[in-house]
Amino acid sequence: MRVSMDLELKDIPGQLVLALKPVSEFKGNLISVVHHHEKRTPRGKIPVHLVFEIKSDHLDNIISLLEESGISVVSVDEKRYLEHGAVILIGHIVHTDIQDTIDKIDNTGYAEVVDLNLAMPRINRPSSASLKIDAVSKEYLSAAIELLKSIARDKDLLVIEPIRVN
Amino acid sequence: MKTIRASIIGFGAVGRGVAQVLLDKNDYLRSIGIDMKVIAIADSRTAVIDPHGVDLACVLSGKKETGTVGSKTISGTEIIRTMDHELVIETTPTNIETGGVGLVNMLAAFESGRDVVTSNKGPLALKYGEVIAAAKRSGSHCRFEATVGGAMPVINLACDVLAGNRVISMEGIFNGTCNYILSRMMEEQAPYEQMLAEAQELGIAEKDPSYDVEGIDTASKLVIVANSIFGMNASYKDVTVTGITRITPEALSLANADGFAIKLIGEVNDGKINVAPKLVPLSHPLSVGGTLNVFSVQTDLAGPITITGRGAGSIETASAILSDIISIYKN
Ligand SMILES: NC(=O)c1ccc[n+]([C@@H]2O[C@H](COP(=O)([O-])OP(=O)(O)OC[C@H]3O[C@@H](n4cnc5c(N)ncnc54)[C@H](OP(=O)(O)O)[C@@H]3O)[C@@H](O)[C@H]2O)c1
Repeated sequence: MRVSMDLELKDIPGQLVLALKPVSEFKGNLISVVHHHEKRTPRGKIPVHLVFEIKSDHLDNIISLLEESGISVVSVDEKRYLEHGAVILIGHIVHTDIQDTIDKIDNTGYAEVVDLNLAMPRINRPSSASLKIDAVSKEYLSAAIELLKSIARDKDLLVIEPIRVN
Repeated sequence: MKTIRASIIGFGAVGRGVAQVLLDKNDYLRSIGIDMKVIAIADSRTAVIDPHGVDLACVLSGKKETGTVGSKTISGTEIIRTMDHELVIETTPTNIETGGVGLVNMLAAFESGRDVVTSNKGPLALKYGEVIAAAKRSGSHCRFEATVGGAMPVINLACDVLAGNRVISMEGIFNGTCNYILSRMMEEQAPYEQMLAEAQELGIAEKDPSYDVEGIDTASKLVIVANSIFGMNASYKDVTVTGITRITPEALSLANADGFAIKLIGEVNDGKINVAPKLVPLSHPLSVGGTLNVFSVQTDLAGPITITGRGAGSIETASAILSDIISIYKN
C-alpha cells in the first residue's frame, strides 16, 4: 500500500537519514520526500512529508522505529489503491510525451498508472495503448479518467473508457 | 371491425416491408378487429391512389420492376393534405439537418387530424417538442418505435410494458453498421478502412458512411429516447458524439487482452446524452457482435433489463411499425 506520512524532525544534522532508515529497512519503496526546512514549527522542529510504498504489515514497525529514534510522527495517511481501471488510448501517444501524460496522473496523489502496453504499428500511423490506472476509490478513479480525458483533448488522443457496470 | 385507411409515404426498404407485413398479417389484423386499407402510396417521384384500397402485392412487384409505385404525380404531402384517411405511415429518408420532407409530412398529417406512425428519425431528433405538441393539438396519435433500434422494443418497453417504473439510465448499441465494422476489425485484425469497405460491399454500410460511423445515427436515436423515455427536452446539439473512425485493430486487441470489446455505446444518464466508443467487458450482456443492436435500461423497481435484436432491416423495422399500428387501433 501507499503511505503518506508527516514527520517532525529536530533541527540537528543526520535527522533526515534517521527518518528514512526504517522505510528502507522494511524494504519500502520511497516515492517522495519533501523537507520543509524553511517552515519550522513553533516548537522549532522541521516538518517532512514522506510518501512510500510498503507491505501493509510493516507499517506499524516503521512507526515504532521512528518514534524510538525520537522522531515525531504527526500523521499517517494510508492510501490503498482499491480501485483498478483500464482505458485505451489512440493517437500519437509517444510524440505527445507519454511520460508527461503518466506523470500528470501519478502526481495527483490519488491515482497512478501501474501498467502501460503500447502498440505502434508503423511510423506516422496512430499508436494504441492500454493503460491500467489504480486509484484510492471509485470517485478518484473517475476523477483520474476525467483528468486523462482533458489531457487527451489537448494532445488530440482518443480515450476509450469502460462502461459503467452496475 | 374497424376500417383504418392508411397512406404509406416513402416506399424504400421500410415502406415496402410495411406493405409486405400488412399483406402477410391481414388475417391476424382482421381477427383483432382491424381492417387495414392502404389508400395511397408515394415514393419520391410517383404515387398510386385508390380510395377503395390499393393492391399491395401489385404495387410491390411494380416498384421492383419499374422503380416507381404508380403513374400519378401527386406528392406524398398532397396525399396527406387532400385524401381522407386516418393513418399516415411516414417512411421517407431521414434528414438530420432540417427534418426534411418527413417533418413537413408529419406536421401536415396532424393539421389534417391524422395519426402518424413513423420510422423517420430526423423530425423527432430535431423538433421533438414541436412534433408532439402538434399531435396533441389535433388529438392525433404519434408513434415512432421504429425510429430507435429497429425490431427491438425500446420506447414501448420503457413507456408501456415497464409502466410505473422510473427509468434511471439507459445504454446500448444502436447502430448495426458500427457494430459490424468493430466486430470484424477485431476478428480479422484489419484496419477500419478495410472493414468499412467490406461492410459497404455487403450493403451493411452506405456509400457515404459518415451518418453511421461518425455516431450521428446513434445520437439521433438517443435524442428520441431522452425525450420520450426520460422526459428531457433535448435536441441533437445536446449530444456529445465521438464516432468509430479512429479505432485501430491494435486498440481492439489490447482491449481484448484485458477482457474487453470496444463498442460504440450510446447512453442517457444523469441528464447527459453521450455517444462514444467504450470498453465493454466480454462477458457483459452489452457485448453483442455482428450487426446486432442491444440496450439496457436501469429501472427503480425492475432493476436492469437488457434486450438485444436486429436494429435494422426491411421486415424487422416494419415489425416495429406494425406493433405501433396495433397499439393505436386495437381498442
Ligand atoms: N432501413 C432500415 O433498416 C431502417 C431502420 C429504422 C429506421 N429507418 C428509417 O426509415 C426511413 C426509411 O428508410 P429506408 O431504408 O426505407 O430508406 P430508403 O430505402 O432510402 O427509402 C426511402 C423512400 O422514400 C422515398 N422518398 C424520398 N423522398 C420522398 C418524398 N419527398 N416524398 C415521398 N417519398 C420520398 C424514396 O423514393 P424513391 O423510391 O423514389 O427513391 C424511397 O422510396 C428512413 O428515415 C430511415 O432512417 C430505416
